[in-house]
Amino acid sequence: MSDTVIKDDEVDIVIAALRSDLTSFMEDWRIIFSRFHLIIVKDPDLSEDLKIPDGFNHDVYTKSDIDQCVGSASTSVLFSGYSCRYFGYLMSRKKYIVSIDDDCVPAKDNKGHLVDVVAQHIWNLRAPATPFFFNTLYDPYCAGADFVRGYPFSLRNGVTCALSCGLWLNLADLDAPTQALKPEMRNSRYVDAVLTVPARTMMPLSGINVAFEREVIGPALFPGLRLGGEGKLRWETIEDLFSGMCAKVVCDHLGLGVKSGLPYVWRKESGDAVESLKKEWEGVKLMEEVVPFFQTVRLLRSAVTAEDCVLEIAKMVKEQLGPSDRVFTRAADAMVEWIKLWKAVASASTSAA
Amino acid sequence: MAASSVAPTPLLTDELDIVIPTIRNLDFLEMWRPFFQHYHLIIVQDGDPTKKINVPEGFDYELYNRDDINRILGPKASCISFKDSACRCFGYMVSKKKYIFTIDDDCFVAKDPSGKDINALEQHIKNLLCPATPFFFNTLYDPYREGADFVRGYPFSLREGAPTAVSHGLWLNIPDYDAPTQLVKPRERNTRYVDAVLTIPKGTLFPMCGMNLAFDRDLIGPAMYFGLMGDGQPIGRYDDMWAGWCTKVICDHLGLGIKTGLPYIWHSKASNPFVNLKKEYKGIYWQEELIPFFQSAILPKECTTVQACYKELAKQVNAKLSNVDPYFTKLADAMVTWIDAWDELNPPSKAGLANGSA
Repeated sequence: MSDTVIKDDEVDIVIAALRSDLTSFMEDWRIIFSRFHLIIVKDPDLSEDLKIPDGFNHDVYTKSDIDQCVGSASTSVLFSGYSCRYFGYLMSRKKYIVSIDDDCVPAKDNKGHLVDVVAQHIWNLRAPATPFFFNTLYDPYCAGADFVRGYPFSLRNGVTCALSCGLWLNLADLDAPTQALKPEMRNSRYVDAVLTVPARTMMPLSGINVAFEREVIGPALFPGLRLGGEGKLRWETIEDLFSGMCAKVVCDHLGLGVKSGLPYVWRKESGDAVESLKKEWEGVKLMEEVVPFFQTVRLLRSAVTAEDCVLEIAKMVKEQLGPSDRVFTRAADAMVEWIKLWKAVASASTSAA
Repeated sequence: MAASSVAPTPLLTDELDIVIPTIRNLDFLEMWRPFFQHYHLIIVQDGDPTKKINVPEGFDYELYNRDDINRILGPKASCISFKDSACRCFGYMVSKKKYIFTIDDDCFVAKDPSGKDINALEQHIKNLLCPATPFFFNTLYDPYREGADFVRGYPFSLREGAPTAVSHGLWLNIPDYDAPTQLVKPRERNTRYVDAVLTIPKGTLFPMCGMNLAFDRDLIGPAMYFGLMGDGQPIGRYDDMWAGWCTKVICDHLGLGIKTGLPYIWHSKASNPFVNLKKEYKGIYWQEELIPFFQSAILPKECTTVQACYKELAKQVNAKLSNVDPYFTKLADAMVTWIDAWDELNPPSKAGLANGSA
């Protein structure tokens, strides 16, 4: 992994700015981010100007940019709060996108070395995934590991990895009830593994620390499910979880892989779990319907692109989940609008690698 | 981090047997003494029954050689492999305990990253005593471990988990590679300590290694048949693989979980890759047919016990795999013989109560 050679123009780092002063965030990440192009999207609900230190190659998008591109009605429906990052995905022209929440800083591994989150994510995306059979030694392609005895040879080529989901030390991505019940709990366990999440296995895809291959899976990472009481803390959202499950279904259908594990980021203390509890219940309740739905989604063979898949899923969301809660109907509409935007804006052209 | 008051792991000395297949000696037990001393051992002696196997002093054990196996099982002894560590499953059958831990005689105590000796048995017990989570993937791995939990988005209705039927441990030093990989990478050693236990999701198969394995005999015991290997058989080194695929299909059907990850043991001996290649050769080809077979195996709702599931699988093996090789007809027969022998030695009344339901 340390030998991963990444061309500067292959990667966009997309940051959703939910707080205006990004100085310490950017300084903490400078050593890792400074060689790449950054897309910083300011939460349209944030009134203060962004403070960004010098020395970064970056583009900033604010409410007026988003309004101009998608119309102000869409801005507020689709791109406020954490979801503003999706506008960054729309604007990117790079092969890979790495996206990290603005309350995270670089973590240290077991040996005390700073984790290069970009290098690890790109390694994950470049090495094949192995979704059809579980390898008990985890990632078989990394140095010092391989496929174990009993692993079918015909499956050892693997498939393209479209999505890499990293983890978090310190404040883990727990829901509010869990964190409220265990206020002192912090994740201090550094698990030195990357593994492919098997085909047809659903998982909660946290948006805090992700990377993906833009053209292949970009359409399936969308701002869809907005809670009525959605707030500016991760405890008060499930948009990434909803979109993530959709992305997993799409990957399974298209024969792409999703990995989970390294890299870690260090997530800073923020928010009050007990306070968020008041807003969280809606999300917790909805997951009870969302998960069984995605576990049983089967897409038509004719859906051969991520866009096709998302549109098909949107129809199913409307028909099967819509009747129980209007939040799903709105999500389905948002998904359709997202694909329209993606086709119009994002598919324009890829910059040559 | 605040020290939580974690209850000590129960020893389960009256509920767990350690099954060890051997052909040489049991010197390795000396290193395990602090952890194994209080447990009952079932030693299955393979090969020449006249050879005397030396068991270190102070261990409580029963030992079975080939003559014993033949005497106890009569004609049904044909299902137990000869000249292959697959014979260990005889130990599972004769055990009267709820839990089994099985380990190879070239596996020693490993150290964790802090340098502390790993009590593998204790970790297996922890794994077996707390639920598995096969229905939805938890990105923080085992949510029941101290310092971990379910992540945001994990449905609350799934947080009770499923009973854990199998705990599959791993190996530092010599990794469990097949012969071709061993030949290409003779010097590769597994030095990566991955501090995780995780549930293998429902619907996903895996290669189960029998070197460092524990299971709940009441929940899944009859599925742990290690097949026909070794002397007189066209294949070897697929015993645990076969048991693992059958076990996983049945666990998925019955709503039971299988965990993999910790504990690590130190695997000291690399077997001869040329010998291994001869044994595995057919398996490498057959595996390509076996995997789709297991991936698409469906067990009828009416199969609510492990034995019923297993016999149904045997039927399907015979129907769908005999054209791969006549060996599979023999194996399907042996699978049925195994269940009959299991039920004879373990009267069904107790087993029926303990099995998970579909």
